[in-house]
Amino acid sequence: MAQISCKELSIGYESHIVAEKLNFEINAGDYFAVVGENGAGKSTLIKTLLGLIKPLSGEIVFGEGLRKNEIGYLPQQTVVQRDFPASVFEVVISGCLSSMGSRPFYGEREKKSAKENIEKMGLVGLEKRSYRELSGGQQQRVLLARALCATRKLILLDEPTSGLDPKVTAELYDLIEKLNKGGTTVIMISHDIGAALEYANKILHIGAEIFFGDTSDYLISEIGRKFTGNGGDENE
Amino acid sequence: MSELLDKFQLYFQFPFVRYALVVGVLIALCSSLLGVTLVLKRFSFIGDGLSHVAFGAMAVAAVVGLTNDMLLVMPVTIICAVLLLKTGQNAKIKGDASVAMISVGALAIGYLLMNLFPTSSNISADVCATLFGSTSILTLTQFEVWLSVALSAVVVIIFILFYNRIFAVTFDENFANSTGIKANAYNLLIAAVIAVVIVLAMNLVGSLLISALIIFPALSAMCVFKNFKAVTICSVCISIFCATAGILFSIIVSTPVGPTIVVADIAMFAVFRVIGAINSKRNKI
Ligand SMILES: Nc1ncnc2c1ncn2[C@@H]1O[C@H](COP(=O)(O)OP(=O)(O)O)[C@@H](O)[C@H]1O
Ligand SMILES: [Mg+2]
Repeated sequence: MAQISCKELSIGYESHIVAEKLNFEINAGDYFAVVGENGAGKSTLIKTLLGLIKPLSGEIVFGEGLRKNEIGYLPQQTVVQRDFPASVFEVVISGCLSSMGSRPFYGEREKKSAKENIEKMGLVGLEKRSYRELSGGQQQRVLLARALCATRKLILLDEPTSGLDPKVTAELYDLIEKLNKGGTTVIMISHDIGAALEYANKILHIGAEIFFGDTSDYLISEIGRKFTGNGGDENE
Repeated sequence: MSELLDKFQLYFQFPFVRYALVVGVLIALCSSLLGVTLVLKRFSFIGDGLSHVAFGAMAVAAVVGLTNDMLLVMPVTIICAVLLLKTGQNAKIKGDASVAMISVGALAIGYLLMNLFPTSSNISADVCATLFGSTSILTLTQFEVWLSVALSAVVVIIFILFYNRIFAVTFDENFANSTGIKANAYNLLIAAVIAVVIVLAMNLVGSLLISALIIFPALSAMCVFKNFKAVTICSVCISIFCATAGILFSIIVSTPVGPTIVVADIAMFAVFRVIGAINSKRNKI
């Protein structure tokens, strides 16, 4: 049984369909990449998986004891207000809220988990710093630490490296790969097809045509060859 | 100096002075708690609109002859808070346009009613009192004092219990939703609490100046502090300090209470702005 399986899923807003007939499965330990053109509906798919918007039709089944609130999420763009006063620690620990039920305050367990994830993301020493004053790469790592506080099982990353320079991007991919090796399922949207092919074992391509399967199969499929520019006609 | 103390002692023998101070401090406390969230969520315009709604409701209550106008003003303001938030979210009528419509409408209707059905001979003084809160804080009945105490307690308890979730929703609504926090429910809660605070604060500073009471302490604290907790605590302290200083000052020099408090808040903002500027310069070196 897969952690998440989708059957004949249609996604979109109100009556406006963005993508339809999506069939795929995500198993524990997968590194699952979602690729496609801008506006193809990648972010919409993620929001549907998270339950932020309802599927238009079809079904999403959660398995292997994965509960809906056990998904860690790194939003595509976190438009944090200018001057928002929030320390790194405050942001990271807010990820723990999902597992607290109706308990109002953080306990020792939440504090410990926040500290661990801050360490894991290499943010030690920055706990008291203001989130707004960090560099783009540091901010993404803070948000990743927050997502990890919400879950160990599965994280959803929506274009985690957009706007980062190449060196920081590589560091972030390394961190994500380590998490995946540690047993966390990773679902990553990427506009960076190279990285998706390098790290992911499963690819979901959405757009006019839909592909779901192993990365190696994607590379030799027609749609994959087109999109990756290997002998396709869609080279920009 | 001892003259001043004597004067205070004399004044404190009057229950209305003690009431004014107690209620003033409580209102300052409540209004500053949500200031940070309001400023950051761009809800401050809702605060402004709601205060005008409260003014209109107050006029209606006066005309109908309710002895206790809070019973009408409170529910009306809360309902409007919820409505404003809803319309702000579904963007058919632009959020700020609908706020402007409701707030200006309420002002006009309120003033019209007060003129059509005058309850006292001096209408402009009445209007002025509701707008700038000139004397109502000094004429509180014991019931109103207890009501204020109870409502403040409710506001403070709600804020403390939901503090962490309010932070999460304010910081990143999408993520909060994904962790199962119902962000919209919290937005409604925040709006309702703001409505309560506004109705409370009308007694102190009048409906036109309420936003100042809510926003200035938060903005001041944000100049200096960089984390949510420190900013919240600091803005509460600033707000209570300014309210106390303003009330005492206005009693001694007999200036209108509301504007005096707001001026104190503005002065404090200037001070914190300067401290913030100095800090950031020092950090750069
Ligand atoms: N909140 C929304 N309401 C209606 N349509 C939306 C909304 N957000 C995105 N869309 C539309 O849905 C389509 C897919 O968007 P999105 O999922 O963000 O694409 P991607 O992430 O693949 O670039 C786009 O055409 C976009 O205009
Ligand atoms: Mg997107």
